[in-house]
Amino acid sequence: MAAHRYLPLSDAEREDMLRAIGLASAGDLFASIPERLRLRGALDVPGPLAEMDLVAEMAARAGENLLPDPRAQFLGAGAYRHFAPSVVDHLISRTEFYSSYTPYQPEISQGTLQAVFEYQTLICQLTGLDLSNASMYEGASTLAEGILMAERASPSGRVVLSDRLHPEYVQVVRTHLANMGIAIESFGHGKDGAADSAAARQALERKASSLVVQHPNFFGCLEEIEALAAVARQAGTTLIVVMTEPLALGLLKPPGEQGADIVLGEGQGFGVPLSYGGPYLGFLAARQSFLRQMPGRIVGEARDVDGRRGYVLTLSTREQHIRREKATSNICTNEGLCALTAAIFMAALGKSGIMELARHNRAKAAYARQRLAEARGCSIPYAAPFFNEFVVRLPVPAETAVQRLAERGLACGVPLSRYLPDPAQQRDLLVCVTEVNPRGEIDRLADELGRLA
Amino acid sequence: MSQGDAIYPEGLRYTKEHEWLSTKGAVATVGITHYAQAELGDIVYVELPQVGAAVVAGEPFGTVESVKAVSELFAPASGVVDEVNAALQASPEQVNKDPYGDGWMIRIKVADQEEEPPGLMTAGQYRKYVEDEAN
Amino acid sequence: MDARSLRAPESLLFEVSRRGRRGFDVPPLDVPQESGQALDARYTRQDIDGFPELSEVDVVRHYTRLSRLNYAIDLGLYPLGSCTMKYNPKVNERVARLPGFADAHPQLAESMVQGCLRLMHSLERALCAICGMDRFTLQPAAGAQGEQTGILMVRAYHQERGDARRVVLIPDSAHGTNPASAHLAGYRVEQVASNERGCVDLGALRRRVGPDVAVLMLTNPNTLGVFEGEIEEVARALHDKGALLYMDGANLNAFVGQARPGDMGVDVHHLNLHKTFSTPHGGGGPGSGPVGVKRSLEPFLPVPTVEREGERLRFQHDRPKSVGKIRSFHGNFGMFVRAYAFILAHGPEGLKRMSETAVLNANYLRKRLEGTYHLPYDSPSLHEVVFSDKNLEETGVRTLDVAKRLMDYGFHPPTIYFPLIVRGALMIEPTETESRQELDAFVEAMLAIDAEARRDPELVQKAPHTTPIRRLDETAAARTPVLRWRGDAAGS
Repeated sequence: MAAHRYLPLSDAEREDMLRAIGLASAGDLFASIPERLRLRGALDVPGPLAEMDLVAEMAARAGENLLPDPRAQFLGAGAYRHFAPSVVDHLISRTEFYSSYTPYQPEISQGTLQAVFEYQTLICQLTGLDLSNASMYEGASTLAEGILMAERASPSGRVVLSDRLHPEYVQVVRTHLANMGIAIESFGHGKDGAADSAAARQALERKASSLVVQHPNFFGCLEEIEALAAVARQAGTTLIVVMTEPLALGLLKPPGEQGADIVLGEGQGFGVPLSYGGPYLGFLAARQSFLRQMPGRIVGEARDVDGRRGYVLTLSTREQHIRREKATSNICTNEGLCALTAAIFMAALGKSGIMELARHNRAKAAYARQRLAEARGCSIPYAAPFFNEFVVRLPVPAETAVQRLAERGLACGVPLSRYLPDPAQQRDLLVCVTEVNPRGEIDRLADELGRLA
Repeated sequence: MSQGDAIYPEGLRYTKEHEWLSTKGAVATVGITHYAQAELGDIVYVELPQVGAAVVAGEPFGTVESVKAVSELFAPASGVVDEVNAALQASPEQVNKDPYGDGWMIRIKVADQEEEPPGLMTAGQYRKYVEDEAN
Repeated sequence: MDARSLRAPESLLFEVSRRGRRGFDVPPLDVPQESGQALDARYTRQDIDGFPELSEVDVVRHYTRLSRLNYAIDLGLYPLGSCTMKYNPKVNERVARLPGFADAHPQLAESMVQGCLRLMHSLERALCAICGMDRFTLQPAAGAQGEQTGILMVRAYHQERGDARRVVLIPDSAHGTNPASAHLAGYRVEQVASNERGCVDLGALRRRVGPDVAVLMLTNPNTLGVFEGEIEEVARALHDKGALLYMDGANLNAFVGQARPGDMGVDVHHLNLHKTFSTPHGGGGPGSGPVGVKRSLEPFLPVPTVEREGERLRFQHDRPKSVGKIRSFHGNFGMFVRAYAFILAHGPEGLKRMSETAVLNANYLRKRLEGTYHLPYDSPSLHEVVFSDKNLEETGVRTLDVAKRLMDYGFHPPTIYFPLIVRGALMIEPTETESRQELDAFVEAMLAIDAEARRDPELVQKAPHTTPIRRLDETAAARTPVLRWRGDAAGS
């Protein structure tokens, strides 16, 4: 059997080691597996491939994708295309970051631990809250975790969700909460597309452990966080604000300062590759009072025996490896490298970069929205303010528009009908515009949509 | 073991879960023993119930945490929580330093003053129990 | 070793920050600046208090210097039991970054991403072949989420039979995520004892399995590195009472190509792409926890599944019995690319060789260390071996100290204090990608530490001495948590 490039033992060394153990052949290594269970034939898997052929094979597979020019893609709905500075990939490609283990041994993991401490701080600064954990899987399951956290802090068996949350997030929340004895109810939105705080007040007449809104919401509309926070406070309920586009925090008031108790969501927009849906980054920030209920890992400051400042995973008694079935979550491996990616992105952009990039996105989206409003047969159904996503109502079903414009090399947006069964939304298209979309492509989008009627 | 008596003070009652109970009239003070705090190591957090909460003998009423472990606290007697040692919030290390004094955890207004709750040991019985467990 | 970058404590980003520094230029706006319809000031922030302001060079220096405070698999052995810290092939990083994969937006129409769908389909088929299962879901983001998904499917299976069972059985040697995941699926957890060989006590199990038991979660090989030789009998005992068998596949590296969970009576199991299939640990993720099922559980798979329709691949959302969705989009696709490349690189013979070498390396370490360190269980080890600190008892040196001293020898410690059934456990898993030299060096270090413990215990108890930072006061960190930087706040 030829030696494999990832296996450092030569045949001679192998023989030698077998002898040292006192075994006659390699097969004897598996003597503890019942004979009946031992595989006779070979596994039905392809390969082996030498590296050159492997690269060619994978490149061919990647080439099977027919991706429109990124500049002609106007897709959001939970994942956002932003330009990541070159330093991001360069730095996360350092083997000390990507090939290292979870920092359980802090003495040889200060790089990771300090970077996470900084990440936690950045998230707190952006959201206006006191605490952040070290990362969770992605936005939707993080929302489920946030809801469970609020329920643990103040058990009530009921949670109230805005009906303008990303439908996939709601689906995921339902899956996670299925057997936890928590009723999930929703409250409606106004004509302008934003959540209706009067409806929220009414929904909270019965006790609920949390009120959940998305900001900007699934239609791209900004929510009135202060009004909703007042409603929640009045009812003694935790306000959870979920965000799918973290760059919005470069422009919008931090929800924590507007009365949100928990701000969580998807951090992919901060330099994490689109990568067909994962790996992504769930961020979770909360008020100090939630400390003991916080799921996930947390890094804290510590001093060593020589008095040096360092960092360590702390408050581990919340977690599964100690508290087991009573843990605040079952999460173990999270999205460490994605959190690092986001932190480096935030550091590289810095205060001015994040704020300017956010304004830049908003300006692009405002221009696009204006042009699309003027396109023949098109209208803007929701008047509420927006960040970099908005809904345009087309003269034809949105799915049809998507197919037709795909032939012209444009990924024009996400049809709401993909998620919402309401026939009233058949012609609604969710359009996202970021810094990567040049004016020329925005104009082309408007022209093509105008030709649909 | 000259500290022997300090580790198993007389006049207290002890449980198999390593809590101690000191009764004065209707009120019983509860904490964990020297053995328990030594086993746990440096205590970082104590989670205690609210004043007014009901506790049931043998049922958990809170938790005590070290860096690497968490243990439930079991009520040695039934009753209503009358007082909670709020100082433990800021100074959980009191439980390590003075488990029978400043490290007290809750005071219970006992449900039934006449009947001693079952399962309680004297200092001598508890000492033997601990020594047996260690072997 | 560069004293300056490895020894000096690294300032925080916020401490390096200086007002007015810029690290990034947003390109000029090619659309008009906003007119009268600009966003009302009551929605917008004017500042981000404390947010760093750094030049590009500051950022690169900061993170480069931070990275040098880390140990990593490319520097040396991580003998972490149950973590399978193997080499992360560099070609995997290259192919994961192919623009066709890395730039694919998950909302693109299916017709545009047939390459991604086919990759997922191919990986699913390869995992089915390796594990002897009928279908796989690739959706769960890590092992724990895979466990949760698997148990949710078990629950759906029983619910469909009108048979709401309440209890999940878990061995006392199990990883903490097992009971935590079972709890999240709404079950009560009960422990099953291990026998003197460290395996599930079949008699105890048979006595306990009843109509209220939904499933047993079994790790195989178990957390002692021992193959559960009676697994078929275990499966039978469960199936006879209508219960299912879940396998925690974290330790799959022990028998890939030698045996398959599907042949052992396993109904559902997860595996960890970031363990067996070499995707990098990233300092705490991302991972990926696909879950394999037998036909009986197929209806309950999370949506959407990937189905072939002639030459095309499509997502199937219409699955009425599905447990739902466990996370957004389709899974950690970037890890699928890496794992599939790993499988292709090895092929069937290579995968066999992989597990063979993993087990050889572990047994070699066992042989060389068992004369010195206490071996609590005599059973044959597969890919990992568990020692304890019992032989060091009279020295006062414990497992923790041995672990810390190993760092002075340039090694990451093994897994310590797990499994819980061994006091002072030292769980060692070298994996197949370690050379003889590295293994021998590790053995020499362990033997040297044993000698030091007897000769000069304080040296070991105060270790590490040569790392960038020494033992940290974790008690103070937990008593007075400081979980973020606060700038001018006192004490920061």
